[in-house]
Amino acid sequence: MGKRTAPAKTKVAKSTWATKRGLAQMLKGGVIMDVVTPAEAKVAEEAGAVAVMALERVPSDIRRDGGVARMSDPDMIKGIQAVTSIPVMAKARIGHHVEAQILEALNVDYIDESEVLTPADDRFHINKHAFRIPFVCGCKDLGEALRRISEGAAMMRTKGEAGTGNIVEAVRHIRTVKEQIEALKGQSEKRLRAAAKEMRVPYELVKLTVKAGRLPVVNFVAGGIATPADAALSMWLGADGVFVGSGIFKSKRPAETAVAIVQATTHWANPAILAEVSAGLDEAMKGIEMRTIPDAERLSSRGW
Amino acid sequence: MAGALRRKRQPIIGVMAVQGDFREHLDTLDAVGAVGREIRLPADLDGVDGLILPGGESTAMRKLYTRWGLAAPIKALATRGAPILGTCAGAILLATKIADGDEPVLSLLDMEVRRNAFGRQLDSFETELKMQSLKASGGPTALRAVFIRAPEILRVGPAASVVAQLEGGEIVAARQGNVVGISFHPEIAGETRLHRWLVEQAATARRG
Repeated sequence: MGKRTAPAKTKVAKSTWATKRGLAQMLKGGVIMDVVTPAEAKVAEEAGAVAVMALERVPSDIRRDGGVARMSDPDMIKGIQAVTSIPVMAKARIGHHVEAQILEALNVDYIDESEVLTPADDRFHINKHAFRIPFVCGCKDLGEALRRISEGAAMMRTKGEAGTGNIVEAVRHIRTVKEQIEALKGQSEKRLRAAAKEMRVPYELVKLTVKAGRLPVVNFVAGGIATPADAALSMWLGADGVFVGSGIFKSKRPAETAVAIVQATTHWANPAILAEVSAGLDEAMKGIEMRTIPDAERLSSRGW
Repeated sequence: MAGALRRKRQPIIGVMAVQGDFREHLDTLDAVGAVGREIRLPADLDGVDGLILPGGESTAMRKLYTRWGLAAPIKALATRGAPILGTCAGAILLATKIADGDEPVLSLLDMEVRRNAFGRQLDSFETELKMQSLKASGGPTALRAVFIRAPEILRVGPAASVVAQLEGGEIVAARQGNVVGISFHPEIAGETRLHRWLVEQAATARRG
């Protein structure tokens, strides 16, 4: 591979806000798929995934197995990087500065500071400004999203409830973010300053968000997408794209399900195409009803 | 009368919206006062006067173009003289040759490209670039260019010409008639000149 470095004479700047946020912008309208082996990464790329999330266990298995979930083995991440040409993301525990440093050293394309893993710090998230690599973080509401962005996150995803195959929490979270932005529109500076204080974020960030009418970074939906229709529903609600974890490789026919979810994310507004791609996929992942999950086992409650 | 009405209609610029940063391109078109339209299916291309292929993941776009038969109508649009601008992944789709085995998608620009030629995300960069003006009368102009996991144009064939190079000599913009492919992203850098050129060309091509 002819890897070149950029020229030195004219000022060349790397890891700028534009390049960090920019990669997320390029992923929009696409599907990011959880993969646990190089073979799954190939299936994802073949299906048209825009990126893969390399991890040891998909969320539904983490949920089943219990115990402490940590960053993946670097060899496993390298194995996936070796077989795919699309961006490779990997997860670090909330607040685990050193796991993030290791992932940066592995030259992954994005780090997900993820509630799917067991948090390492009960007070602080990672100071993401301190890294050259961009971060994506989860949120349930506007305050959480803006706190992560002010810490340096260059991409957001609403959390949903990972590993459940149940879209209801994902819908709740993206609706909440949207409604909270709507509620601040047209408000006086005084009210916006009060909101910023309440959310513990800079006023300028609130002002920017309200003016744009959306988060200042790309926002995907995650946590519970199991069918093409779930992906399309996320897009209909205003998602920039979707993360699919257990939904693909825990289905009966992963390769076909992956293709169908990619098609549904592009053609979310076209019911005839959605009907076509939804047909013949056999069983989706089993799925869990929310009431059966005790509060202590809810992954989305991790992070603050 | 009909002619007067037709002259009044603004050109419609299609933006391929199967995946990628198409909204940023539509916003840029909006900023220059042009009319954009999202294109996901061949029928969406009816009545389009110019086309933008945005940045994104070329592997994903390739699958979606193939599945919905988008290549043939885009080639027909180019044959009719409509201007086409491909940014980053869009430039890969335009190329006649892709290094390391991938089949070309549109083959509208006589050049060989290499995907991710500068490395992974940590090697994404911003720089000042001198680019040959796309207008016949213009000289080189400076612009701010953002490269994200960018492709490099390894060489251009006889039908195409080089429009911009980095100081190290890497080709990052090429042109064949009304088809322009660039490795970087004017649409996320607040750079509107390329979009203005496209809209002007589209207006000219439509008046034919």
